[in-house]
Amino acid sequence: MSRLEISTPTNAQLVVEDLYKNLERRIVASPPGLCPVDITRAFIEMSHSQTCGKCVPCRVGLLQLKHMLTDVLNGDADMDTLDLIEDTSKSIMETADCAIGYEAARMVYRSITNCREDYEEHVKNRRCTCLTTQPVPCVALCPAHVDVPGYIALVREGRYADAIRLIRKDNPFPTTCGFICEHPCEARCRRNMVDDAINIRGIKRVAADFAGKVAPPPCGPSTGKKIAVVGGGPSGLSAAYYLQLMGHKVTVYEMLPELGGMLRYGIPNYRLPKDRLDEDINAILETGVEVKHNVKVGTDVKLDDLRKEYDAVLITVGASTDKKLGIEGEDAEGVMAAVFFLRNVGMGQAESLKGKKVAVIGGGNVAMDAVRTAVRLGAEKVSCVYRRRTADMTALPAEIEGAMAEGVEMLTLKAPARIETENGKVKGIWVTPQMISKIKGGRASVIPTGDPDIFIPCEALIVAIGQNIETKHYEESGIPVERGKIVTLPNGGFKDIPGVFAGGDCASGPATVIKAVAAAKVMAANIDEYLGYRHEITCDVEIPDPNIDDHAPCGRIELTEREACERVKDFEGIENCMNKNEACQEAGRCLRCDHFGFGIFKGGREKLW
Amino acid sequence: MVSLTIDKINVSVKEGTTIMEAAASVGIAIPHLCYWKGLNEIAACRVCVVEVEGKERLITSCNNVVEEGMVVYTNSPKVRMDRRRTVQLILSQHDCKCATCVRSGNCTLQTIANDLNIQDVRFGERLEQQEWDKNFPLIRNSAKCIKCMRCIQVCDKIQSLNIWDLEGTGARSTVNVSGNRTINEADCSLCGQCITHCPVGALRERDDTKKLWQAIEDPNKVVVVQVAPAVRAAWGESLGLSREQATVGKIFDALKKMGVDYVFDTTFSADLTIMEEANEFIKRFTSGEFKERPMFTSCCPGWIRFIKSQYPHLVKNLSTAKSPMQMFGSVIKTYFAQSIGKKPEDIYSVAVMPCVAKKGERNMELYFDEFAGYDTDCVITTRELDRMIRTAHLLPAGLKDIEPDRLMRDGSGAGVIFGATGGVMEAALRTAYFTLTGKNAEPDAFKVVRAQCQESDVQEAEFDINGIKLRVAAVSGLGNTRKLINKIERGEAHYDFVEVMACPGGCVGGGGQPIHDGYESAFDRGKNLYFLDRGMDLRFSHENPDVKKLYADYLGEPCGHKAHHLLHTDHNAWEMPKAPQRDRNGNPIGRNI
Repeated sequence: MSRLEISTPTNAQLVVEDLYKNLERRIVASPPGLCPVDITRAFIEMSHSQTCGKCVPCRVGLLQLKHMLTDVLNGDADMDTLDLIEDTSKSIMETADCAIGYEAARMVYRSITNCREDYEEHVKNRRCTCLTTQPVPCVALCPAHVDVPGYIALVREGRYADAIRLIRKDNPFPTTCGFICEHPCEARCRRNMVDDAINIRGIKRVAADFAGKVAPPPCGPSTGKKIAVVGGGPSGLSAAYYLQLMGHKVTVYEMLPELGGMLRYGIPNYRLPKDRLDEDINAILETGVEVKHNVKVGTDVKLDDLRKEYDAVLITVGASTDKKLGIEGEDAEGVMAAVFFLRNVGMGQAESLKGKKVAVIGGGNVAMDAVRTAVRLGAEKVSCVYRRRTADMTALPAEIEGAMAEGVEMLTLKAPARIETENGKVKGIWVTPQMISKIKGGRASVIPTGDPDIFIPCEALIVAIGQNIETKHYEESGIPVERGKIVTLPNGGFKDIPGVFAGGDCASGPATVIKAVAAAKVMAANIDEYLGYRHEITCDVEIPDPNIDDHAPCGRIELTEREACERVKDFEGIENCMNKNEACQEAGRCLRCDHFGFGIFKGGREKLW
Repeated sequence: MVSLTIDKINVSVKEGTTIMEAAASVGIAIPHLCYWKGLNEIAACRVCVVEVEGKERLITSCNNVVEEGMVVYTNSPKVRMDRRRTVQLILSQHDCKCATCVRSGNCTLQTIANDLNIQDVRFGERLEQQEWDKNFPLIRNSAKCIKCMRCIQVCDKIQSLNIWDLEGTGARSTVNVSGNRTINEADCSLCGQCITHCPVGALRERDDTKKLWQAIEDPNKVVVVQVAPAVRAAWGESLGLSREQATVGKIFDALKKMGVDYVFDTTFSADLTIMEEANEFIKRFTSGEFKERPMFTSCCPGWIRFIKSQYPHLVKNLSTAKSPMQMFGSVIKTYFAQSIGKKPEDIYSVAVMPCVAKKGERNMELYFDEFAGYDTDCVITTRELDRMIRTAHLLPAGLKDIEPDRLMRDGSGAGVIFGATGGVMEAALRTAYFTLTGKNAEPDAFKVVRAQCQESDVQEAEFDINGIKLRVAAVSGLGNTRKLINKIERGEAHYDFVEVMACPGGCVGGGGQPIHDGYESAFDRGKNLYFLDRGMDLRFSHENPDVKKLYADYLGEPCGHKAHHLLHTDHNAWEMPKAPQRDRNGNPIGRNI
């Protein structure tokens, strides 16, 4: 017997560790819409298996909660049972000795107090109100409901042009999304249960890169109806595309010299090369959309004039103006909003930042675009100043990593206090040190540490704390506006203002391109309906039969990037596409939830909208 | 073409063929349970799994297609073991008291379990007990449901009513009435297609044979039974009789042998219906009532329930004529009762129908001023008739062809084809032509309204009769009906007269007919009715001597006062649960109020 021994894990421990990892992945891929009572019962059963057995509330209490939840599910409970579940869970929260007990009980308490009606339905009618309605996670989570399994299967067969055609049924920006979509589709990919989510955006990029020029489908017979679209960003252009396909005549009014909105004037070229953006826009224009450039509605033409001239008007003006910090010195020379900074760059009017120190306020994707653009404009030093921690930033992790690789300093836990100026020019910014604190509403809040303010010297200060919507003209024209946003009915229209619709960022606030496309589909369908039609948007591409291979675990292929030290020298695209071999393997990982599982029964494929 | 081997046999089939169909092409029948071609190819039961060389996991043969060079085994040790285990799992949730099940002997699960020689389930029995109103014409026994989803699919895809759904998630997900409604609250048409598509005994009609036996045994009751046209086309199927052997005359013989007092053929009242409906149509048509929307036939109770729940504003466009069953019931309790010197309440009026909705329809109206009780006291389906024949241990081979009873014996070929989609329209046109021109058309002059197969959804035609242009349509299946009505409502189609039958193929495909798993028999049976029509001397409803006599001796004129009172109905006299709001996938939202 030795005095001390090096411990090695037993087989049992290894198996349990493996189970935990499996469970984690499984929870990530959990289908939406499950019964909260059933999930709570399953959770409490697992939690109870973690109890050490020392204390009463955890050892006995969790067990009793599990029994009562089972009774509810079996229809053997009454309303008293629900009260007892609530009281008991609260009591365990208050009396358990360690987190194994009180955190488990907290889940039950939250569940029964927040979805009491689900519990009551089980008790009163012995029924469950939950249904499986979204069996294909990627399609369900894509705001525009693009047929993801369909185009992945097409890419696997090398039918890239067909993949583009299929994507365009729901999203006329396949190339753009191949580059910059935030891919909510990947979040609950069922492949997570096996190994890792499919690289869906990467596969879309493959389709876009290898398809060549793909013509849009022919437009339907002309209806003779005229529609004005105000704003040539992703939602305006998407709506224009579908309305043209339906046979209507669309004219887009764009205040800037070129189309694309934030895609052209917000997102830097290195993320979305403009010649690639033009692929999407050209296909949209090929449907016959008419464009009036450099015309600003409100200044050059009034909304009411458009209403008289057109059968319907769609407002998709986006969120194109800046948001103020509201601190001293903000009007100094050298202080600039990210939205205008990036627009200037997009218009080719960027000033060199050579030798300058640049600070960017904010932690979102726009802030990352600003810092990385500043690096490319030759800044000597670029800092990203943010109130919270890097982990709290809303920017995509890949964007943050990219910025750091390109030499950007992350100055976190620093709240802007005032801007130091000299002769009307920015000299730097004073920031108040913050410490991370209580988690409120799922997000960590910050409070000052009490240390004195710190000075960050800079010659250029870029504010990237969000965008506002230019609503003044619309408000004056009678369009309802609340908290700076246009307020529409769920169909995109307005009560008592027939023929006017609005959507995209100007109604939702700054969002993603795929959300803009999703809104455009809603508006196009409802404008069509308003004009007295029910055109259907379909795609006749036949989707390959799924492969029946076993799904042995296989790593996810990520897109690589150009070397950081090289890419900072220019504005060229930084991301490399997969090659055809890689694309074929990655697409082959798709589990085809449209065919296997619930998808083949219900909700697996929406062939038209 | 794709070449592969299945159980070491070389097979060459078209691209896109399923493994199951490829196997069938070389005589290999792969066992399957939930599969129904074109309707339910969802691979839920996993009974049809096969092994593909080189793959670890088994795959379902019903919905996966062949690949070049594939090597398939449908009966390898792995397949045998897994298929057996799967069926045992299904059996653990199925109430296996086969001896007391209506589907015993015609149950796909029973057949598969027997074929696999399963004598021991090995898993504990876990039966699901859901509440159900046993008085409702449609009965669901959750303890027998194997969740094959066919009921959901047929109601969604063919009938467009979405009455059933897979409810709940996870461990307790189960089939139930959609939208958390009870069946009484639902807008169920009672078409019974879910019953004829159920592979087991989870869905069935309410059994009313006991009520009928009691009436037969009651010495104070005169039991009068009518037999619908479509019953003759199907009743022999589950008794081992061929179409030629299974005549309607033998049904009459069987009923008489069971102790029924009088038997009639609903064909007679089908002719009567034509007299009323054709005359009503001409009257309403010439008054200009159908300029925008057509008159709809009213003989199908599934359709009546459908229009009342889905398109209540169109109820006024229904013919007010009662269905042949109800007309016959009404005439039996008045005209016929008088002729045999009985009071209406002494008569027990029974209808043998291919239909479940008729059980609901018979409940609907009362004529207190004429007689106490219903037009029809009891409805049994073709399946219940067959069960009664077996209960009375009547050997089908020993049955003779006998005539129906006097007074209402005659029936025309026009009445016989009521049982097939388009038949009512064709019969009505034969008589309308005569009414408008004073002479008969060729009996088969209007046969374009006959549907040839399940895929032909709407039959439409235009006729010029004496300068009057008539646009007519006949449709069967409620999904097809919904499409047609939506077209009419959008102004994309215009008709003067539309026949609707809730069940695909018409009454021959009714929800009360014998069940054949995986096969839609309606169109074979329909052809049989058209064959019978062709062979009959009497082919026009208006030439039916007994119908003429009924008008002359009792009713007076078609659509006259007495006829109206006895043979027409008020479709608004009873309430039907309205269609719920549905989401974009057709699922009802919330509880129906």
